[in-house]
Amino acid sequence: MMISRRNLLQSAGAAGAAALLPALARAQSGASMLSPGVPDGIASYVTMGKLPGKQPLIQLADRPPNYESPLEYLQTPITPNDKFFVRYHLADIPEVKAEGYKIKIDGDGATTPFEITLADLKAMPSVEITAVNQCSGNRRGLSNPHVPGVEWGYGAMGCAKWKGVRLKDVLAKAGVKKETIEVGFNGADGPVVDKTPDFIKSIPVWKAMDENTLIAYEMNGQPLPHFNGFPARLIVPGWTGTYWMKHLVHIDVRTTPQGGFWMKPAYRVPVGLFPLRDRFVTQEDATSTPITEMVVNSLITSHRDGAKVKAGKVTVAGMAWDGGYGISKVEVSTDGGKTWSSAKLGEDLGKFAFRPWSFDVQVKGKATVMVNATNAIGQTQVTKLLFNGAGYHNNVMQSITLSA
Amino acid sequence: MRTIIVATAAVLLAGSAFADEQVIKLKPGAGLDKLESNCQACHTLAYIPMNATYMNAAGWDAEVAKMIKAYGAPVDDADAAAIKAYLTKNYGK
Repeated sequence: MMISRRNLLQSAGAAGAAALLPALARAQSGASMLSPGVPDGIASYVTMGKLPGKQPLIQLADRPPNYESPLEYLQTPITPNDKFFVRYHLADIPEVKAEGYKIKIDGDGATTPFEITLADLKAMPSVEITAVNQCSGNRRGLSNPHVPGVEWGYGAMGCAKWKGVRLKDVLAKAGVKKETIEVGFNGADGPVVDKTPDFIKSIPVWKAMDENTLIAYEMNGQPLPHFNGFPARLIVPGWTGTYWMKHLVHIDVRTTPQGGFWMKPAYRVPVGLFPLRDRFVTQEDATSTPITEMVVNSLITSHRDGAKVKAGKVTVAGMAWDGGYGISKVEVSTDGGKTWSSAKLGEDLGKFAFRPWSFDVQVKGKATVMVNATNAIGQTQVTKLLFNGAGYHNNVMQSITLSA
Repeated sequence: MRTIIVATAAVLLAGSAFADEQVIKLKPGAGLDKLESNCQACHTLAYIPMNATYMNAAGWDAEVAKMIKAYGAPVDDADAAAIKAYLTKNYGK
């Protein structure tokens, strides 16, 4: 294997992680960290990239930064800040300082527009919620057939404890008119050329007023990392990451639907394809609807596909999550889905969090391990991909092979 | 050199010089110069091998059209045609 100066520098940067993750520190290329099934072109260039304040992550793109967490970073129900994935749409990303930072709250649905600083936010009653932040396009790279976009494997997600204020408490100060239908959000990051649509998103007013929707300024007890939205970001538990606006600077209380590329045609799923309860009706049309809550899903994080193990009892473990109903059951099959046994569920950190699970498998020769999670409203994962052009909501049951 | 200047300008625009800048060497071929001068002001060229090698000519045409129409990339028709041809030939299926 060729060792370039670049790789040496990366290894040096990874020294902190080396004690805990020797396999990662040794990796000369990101290719070995990729999820099986992503487009073949990725392996030709990908490396483990080192952003300031982060452990090495799978560097799919440096500009705008799109960095994925390798499987090994997802073995705990709380994903550490320095192992948390990074996703941006547009490459003009200012380093926002706490000093002078403020969020403007206005719009035709607000009776008393105002501005709020970070100190103001911190002076308000705070709440902390443990919630999964998963990119809408997580597992896009596994779509069959492949679809264009950022070709994420399994790791465009993480789970953290988010502390901040309830969005509804901030909205109350602005006086929300009864005609309000949506609340829009903009962050400090923007496009490189003026003609590129700025990344602006909205959520229905009912979701904005939900007690779990937060403006967060802390992640796992620390200020938000720059690359995860410092000084403050939106937290929309249960819904995919597209709504979790980073570097939040503008809240737009609206009596009309939010327009723009990022609401339509982007981030849409075909009407009726997925068994989702949360609908965003003010944005819906005859054929497409905004992506909303996450589908029930699970991931084996203890072993990679094809892993070599010692013969005998092997504990296979991972995470399960959904759109906020809570995980009720995780089942494992070692005969290709003919029969299923319940896995042991780990600590319950709340209905929006990763739910750890584990299962002991007897391995002699080769063993296949397949996993299926069920949520509290009886939804399960699928055996066949519900194909859609953007590669969203891939919750096909994962199956790996272990060999002893 | 022009390419390097464009890339450097984009990083400065982005307001943050990352320690770990990606180095993407695309396959040599007709149209690569047009691609380099038009595309990387806004994004890394990694998006090309990332989305290879599963797209046919229609797929790459649609991607280039999306960059121009949806993202407002200022690419003239002649350059767009050269870029599509390059992508299809070198990164198509």
